[in-house]
Amino acid sequence: MTTVAATGHLAHAHHDDRPFIRKYIFSTDHKIIGIQFLFVSLFFLLVGGLLAMQMRWQLGFPGKPIPGGGILPDTMAPGGVILPEYYIQLVTMHGTFMVFFAIMPLLVGVYANFLIPLKIGTHDMAFPRINMWSFWSFFAAGLVMLASLFVPDGAARAGWTMYVPLSARHDLSGASLGQELWSVSIILVGLSSILGSLNYISTIINNRAPGMTWFRLPLSVWSLFITAILGLLALPVLSGAAIMLLFDQVLSTHFFDPAAGGQALLWQHLFWFFGHPEVYILILPAMGMVSDIIANGSRKPIFGYHSMVFAIVAIGFLGWIVWGHHMFVSGMNPTLGSSFMVSTLIIAVPSAVKVFNWMGTMWRGNLKFTVPMLNATAFVAMFVIGGLSGIYMAATPVDMFIHDTYFIVAHLHYVLFGGSLFALFGAIVYWYPKMFGRMMSERWGKVHFWLTFIFYNCTFFPMHITGMAGEMRRLYDPNQYTFLQPYQPMREFISISAFLLFATQLIFFVNFWWSLFKGKKADQNPWHDNGLEWSLPAPAPHGNWEKVPTVYRGPYEFSHPQAREDYLPQYVKLPTDREPASAPAAAH
Amino acid sequence: MHWWLPPKASTFAGPIDGLFIAILIITGVAFVLVEAGLIWFTIRYRSRPGRKAFYTHGNTRAEVIWTAIPAVTMVALGLISNHYWVEIKGRNSVPANAYPIGIHAKQFEWQITYPGPDGQLGTADDFTVRNQLHVPVGRPIVAHLSSEDVIHSFYVPQFRVRQDVVPGMEIKAWFQPTVPGTYELGCSQLCGLGHYRMRAQVFVHTQAEFDAWMKQAAQEATQ
Amino acid sequence: MGKLGSVAAAAGGLGLVTLALAGWTRPPAVQGGATISGKVKFTGKAPTNPVIDMNEEPKCKAKYTAPPREQIVEVNPNGTLADVFVYVKAGLPATYKAPAPTGPVTLDQDGCRYHPHVFGILVGQTLAIQNSDGILHNIKAKGTKNRPFNISQPTTMTSERTFTAPEVMVPLECNVHGWMHAWLGVLPHPFFSVSSTDGSYTIRGLPPGTYTIEAWHEKYGTQTATVTVTGSETKTADFTFAAK
Repeated sequence: MTTVAATGHLAHAHHDDRPFIRKYIFSTDHKIIGIQFLFVSLFFLLVGGLLAMQMRWQLGFPGKPIPGGGILPDTMAPGGVILPEYYIQLVTMHGTFMVFFAIMPLLVGVYANFLIPLKIGTHDMAFPRINMWSFWSFFAAGLVMLASLFVPDGAARAGWTMYVPLSARHDLSGASLGQELWSVSIILVGLSSILGSLNYISTIINNRAPGMTWFRLPLSVWSLFITAILGLLALPVLSGAAIMLLFDQVLSTHFFDPAAGGQALLWQHLFWFFGHPEVYILILPAMGMVSDIIANGSRKPIFGYHSMVFAIVAIGFLGWIVWGHHMFVSGMNPTLGSSFMVSTLIIAVPSAVKVFNWMGTMWRGNLKFTVPMLNATAFVAMFVIGGLSGIYMAATPVDMFIHDTYFIVAHLHYVLFGGSLFALFGAIVYWYPKMFGRMMSERWGKVHFWLTFIFYNCTFFPMHITGMAGEMRRLYDPNQYTFLQPYQPMREFISISAFLLFATQLIFFVNFWWSLFKGKKADQNPWHDNGLEWSLPAPAPHGNWEKVPTVYRGPYEFSHPQAREDYLPQYVKLPTDREPASAPAAAH
Repeated sequence: MHWWLPPKASTFAGPIDGLFIAILIITGVAFVLVEAGLIWFTIRYRSRPGRKAFYTHGNTRAEVIWTAIPAVTMVALGLISNHYWVEIKGRNSVPANAYPIGIHAKQFEWQITYPGPDGQLGTADDFTVRNQLHVPVGRPIVAHLSSEDVIHSFYVPQFRVRQDVVPGMEIKAWFQPTVPGTYELGCSQLCGLGHYRMRAQVFVHTQAEFDAWMKQAAQEATQ
Repeated sequence: MGKLGSVAAAAGGLGLVTLALAGWTRPPAVQGGATISGKVKFTGKAPTNPVIDMNEEPKCKAKYTAPPREQIVEVNPNGTLADVFVYVKAGLPATYKAPAPTGPVTLDQDGCRYHPHVFGILVGQTLAIQNSDGILHNIKAKGTKNRPFNISQPTTMTSERTFTAPEVMVPLECNVHGWMHAWLGVLPHPFFSVSSTDGSYTIRGLPPGTYTIEAWHEKYGTQTATVTVTGSETKTADFTFAAK
């Protein structure tokens, strides 16, 4: 009977004598590219958080000078008091940085790049150089977006959704170069996504190791695969729309100008046709990685693997026909409101199926609450709240009331933070040993988890209440409305919770950076997991395997009756296993 | 400060709030099931020395049940919701006898045009007032929404009415106030730096008060 | 700029602020020089300026005993027209260089109205926009030759801007209070004046020459006159605008 230890020699480092700059800067190694995405995206996560802190200061303590506000220029905050036009820049850029430069690249740029070749059993992506360009165009996009904060007249300020005509007309927004740089940056982000998606799709289809059939792929890979298809088809629409917006801004075209035959609603249709698949891009990889982590943490196979795959595919498919639910009161034909309501209600079903399957996985398991498992369990608990709040929005008459209120803000933060970000905390800790050869501190990971969980709920749950009361989004000072004045104590409570939440993330950042140098050296398979990546040393070497492993089973064979231990890796051959029929073409 | 939806002041509020409560019950049940289930599992199935997990790949019957129940629930919800949606926003939903008021949104004010004593918009006795919406109670009102510049949104929480106001489009949004009093109209679509102050006062009068106000305002407008 | 320079600028600024509060700025006079002055007359029936309904801004409304009116056509009791911007449009020698401004021009927002309503500024001179109301105003400057801007002042504060190109006139407006309008003439020289409550204007310190003087009104458009001056004489040029 084979044990895990015997597989150690499947992995030898392929001797790597490239110069430093080719190895770590302009690298074509998918693992290095993944790590590059990780470092840069964590930086932008911090930027997004700082922008939010300023917003929350203004909402919690309206009109008061922000501590340390002296460093902000007078055009943003004279005497440290945030100006209305700066506030809406904060709102816009917080959303923009978090969606495009933090969550999406953390989920896709990092984990699609790092995990796919490792988990399907190949040396690298199908097109390593294109992959490198995918990172560098993302980096350029980030620089452009960051620059837009510092240009004359300030940054874009029409919300991350950038509705026209406000975004297209400088005379109406007060911004100029900043708005244009937003468009340019988004075009580059689109390019990065498209180049990445090409790789992820081609690699998964063509380069799986012998025996790695479609239904033996881990759910993290399935979700990244469907995400890549969404990205490939949706990002061009956004880039196209951004090009049209840029042309209206600088070349006097009139795509979106009603006075000259254009249409304001055209932007919304284009943006949301991209935007809805985008939000599934922002959740599916998280769901996939959570599946891997929960199966591991429960020491049980994933409950309903095939249903889970079908649910991912269903979400991916249905995600294309729901975009109008962002536009129920936009002025579009109300009949479309009916059809989009139907498709939106239906898309709730596969998500519900996934939640039940995660619970089914934990049921009668042997639950080990490591830091990744804690975060993955919290994902399920928080995602459910976010998903359920979505049902109120799907019901069109109710959406009329809660559209553009804090109820929506609560919903989106429950799915993106409660969902995606908790999943990311789990994933970062989980695959950290394979990336860096060290472990993050378990104790500080738990402290970070609990504090984040508490402060996070204190920050975002009350927003359901203020949203129900009718508090609109993007208001510099809700107290202008008499009916919103009584909620100021709640806004203050939310702000203080948010400050504590932000401060808590310092623990994660310090843990992350400190462990790079001083973390406990990692074993090859510290989580006793079954994926192919755990057959490699930690950190994984360039080229991954000399000879790719052969796959004999699915990825979730925990507590298998024939295994001596409570896990049975995909690459371990039991006497009862047969060799796979034939290898996919590019497997070596 | 209430922990619930704002007081009802229009005919839409009943059905919308009712639908909200129905969804609250459905989602509440799901919420309790899932969260309580998770908490129970984390306690009951936590790892203890000698414990072994139950090796299973799933259960098809469970999959069918927990796919079918949400699907049926969603379909039912959709049918009920659509009924009210058509009633409130449908193309032919505006009652024929609705009282017309022109509402022209501009950064950062609401220019409200009243039809004047003849009750018709677009005639010589129309007059425009800034940021004050006066309506009679118990009658359907149809707002003829237009925008001067960017997208704004007409929103009165207690009426449960919201409609984006789009430049280049003439959009009609109707509602019927049921409770006399003063309310606030807010702009509900980011429209620039003054968005947070784009507010109008809404006065729901009895018919007699409204007629009196109309007479006086029409006179003032000619001065 | 140096401490002395800042003190000098502040002192000059204080002086100009005082003058600005009186309704218009007197440009720095050239030593000696000629003067062109006159009256802007108005014929016909004065149109009524619309009443401003300040109901939604109680803090401003409280500053008035009777509802104020917009300032579109301001006919004085003596049949003259106020708030007409009169300036030298042409005629200065090519070598003429304007003296450096000695301080800012102040535009005040008080009682939800601009004070002054029509005024002038030198190219490169600082415009200090003051919010004396303590409530949100935004100032949108819709220049075509000067970069437009749109800034907010949510509370009592002063913001500063300068203009880089001559432009007659740059419209200023507040979008929070749609009745608030002001007009700003940006010139490369200090030879401008705004007709006052008795209809008179005065342009001092002119070098000898033949000048085209233009009178601008926000509703009635422009009129020109040609005046030749030498030494330190005073010449008169009157304008008449007729009701339409």
